[in-house]
Amino acid sequence: MLAESLALSAALFAIGVVGVLTRRNAIIVFMCVELMLNAVNLSFVALSKLYGATGQVFVIFVMTVAAAEAAVGLAIIIAIFRHKQTVNLQNINLLRG
Amino acid sequence: MNYDLLIPGQLLGALTPDLILMGGAMLLMLAAAWRPESEGHQRTVGFGALIVLGITFLSVLWFGAKGGTAGPGVIAMDRFRWAADIIFLLAAMGTIALGIEHNVRDGIRYAESHVLVLFATSGMMIMAAARDLMILFIGLELMSIAVYVLVGINRRSERSAEAALKYFLLGAFATGFLLYGIALVYGATGSTNITVIGERIFSYQLHHNAMLMVGIGLLLVGFGFKVAAVPFHMWAPDVYEGAPTPITAFMASAVKAAAFAAFFRVWIDAFNLVDFAWFAPLWWVAAFTMIVGNVVALSQRNIKRMLAYSSIAHSGYLLLAVLAGSRLGSAAFLFYLLAYTFATFGAFAVVATVSRAGEQGLNIADYDGLWLTRPWLAAGMAACMLALLGFPIFGGVGFFAKWYLLQAALTTQYNLIPLAVLLVLTSVVSAGYYLGVIRAMFMKPRPEDAVEIAATGKLTRVVLGVTIAAILGLGIFPSRLVRLTRSSVPTPPVAALVPQGTTSVR
Repeated sequence: MLAESLALSAALFAIGVVGVLTRRNAIIVFMCVELMLNAVNLSFVALSKLYGATGQVFVIFVMTVAAAEAAVGLAIIIAIFRHKQTVNLQNINLLRG
Repeated sequence: MNYDLLIPGQLLGALTPDLILMGGAMLLMLAAAWRPESEGHQRTVGFGALIVLGITFLSVLWFGAKGGTAGPGVIAMDRFRWAADIIFLLAAMGTIALGIEHNVRDGIRYAESHVLVLFATSGMMIMAAARDLMILFIGLELMSIAVYVLVGINRRSERSAEAALKYFLLGAFATGFLLYGIALVYGATGSTNITVIGERIFSYQLHHNAMLMVGIGLLLVGFGFKVAAVPFHMWAPDVYEGAPTPITAFMASAVKAAAFAAFFRVWIDAFNLVDFAWFAPLWWVAAFTMIVGNVVALSQRNIKRMLAYSSIAHSGYLLLAVLAGSRLGSAAFLFYLLAYTFATFGAFAVVATVSRAGEQGLNIADYDGLWLTRPWLAAGMAACMLALLGFPIFGGVGFFAKWYLLQAALTTQYNLIPLAVLLVLTSVVSAGYYLGVIRAMFMKPRPEDAVEIAATGKLTRVVLGVTIAAILGLGIFPSRLVRLTRSSVPTPPVAALVPQGTTSVR
């Protein structure tokens, strides 16, 4: 089971990375980041079957941090939306050089 | 004394400075929410934050002077931690002092902006102390999430919001890589403790374990994003440009220093034995970071973008110290971080003064003839530029920083000579843009339509005075600082299971 779990986790992580790199909507990019974090959580849970509780404790920490990050991230996305009326990353291009 | 980290009371004792800072930050958060937003309240909370940082600073000095060791556990008590803490706290004090006046000028009345700096700083102190990847992750996120907010603190500015979004999305992306790296290292070694990882790589013979190698690679990507090393640097110029100037100074100095301190400890303590795996990739990353940072900085017209590329270039120099990885490398690393923090901070303090409300007046052309109207500002900026360049005497401590870095690179067992040559060559390239600013200030006439620069605030004057005095003073008397940094090496926990030398310094 361990190998299958780790393979699934790697696949989910890869999907998340591809999503971040290809999608252009800030919310969807953020969802892909969350997918990456949850893929990591799956790895930790699977590995804690081998090594004991450390992995599961780590998952609790990751979920807490991800929740805090989501709160801040969505607030930032709303701030951008108020300025631009869009969350499409292609239209967010004031800063470049 | 030796702290046994398995006893809760002693663990709290080992975390005293961090707890003082966090407790003070929480009280100030309440104080900030107590009254309605106003300019005066923002100023009061700012001074409160300075006091909290001052107390924390004294406690760190006390711990550093007293010395102490820690048993096996999640927290280090070595002087590397205290030296790094001093750098973070100095940068945080400068940020708040600049921020109080900058907020008044830009009409930012959120007293919370200063409290967030305190939270970010406590995250950094946790990172510098962490001897466990779990603690490191918590510290990193405590720092990052506070800084995401700080970048976007100017809610009226579209650029600030855009910088916050970019920093947030790329920062969270990098966190994903870092975390997956931690998971795979945990999978290979069965522990998240940095010291235990180092021991198990040795005892389990994991030198060619694929899972460990992939994990180290992902950690390298994650840290590469956080320290803005090429090719993971794309976010830095945009975010540095869009963020309020004091926050940019904070990111270029303290945030970068914290990421580097954690990076250094993990690499030296945990992955020392598998250096053949990461040495070549890190070598190339350092080389490209030096080249790209310096060459692209030449073509920048906005001074904050130029300083952003300069800070990328300095990441490359610091990576050289990580590669050297020895006792000398650690000393050169801390010395360089301190010198670089002072120089960057002084430069951004001048930038904050010369710029106008609404983030105007940030082009290098706005510095034309500055010497004729504001000679002291021009002289201060010149000292910072020369320190970043590593110029002898007038650049003060910057020269010695590069000197010790080269010395560390040339005395290791590794072949770092090509990189040392590259450091010197790219420093010559960097003269092109550092001296360009000096030429604009001293040798060009002040344009007739130039906007008059507002008077420098008192706090900004203090920050500038202290940084310039430190740059020049430490340039004349560097030996004491050198002794201090030489004794501040990451040390393994007392009573570790394997003999010393396999996990600590080479």
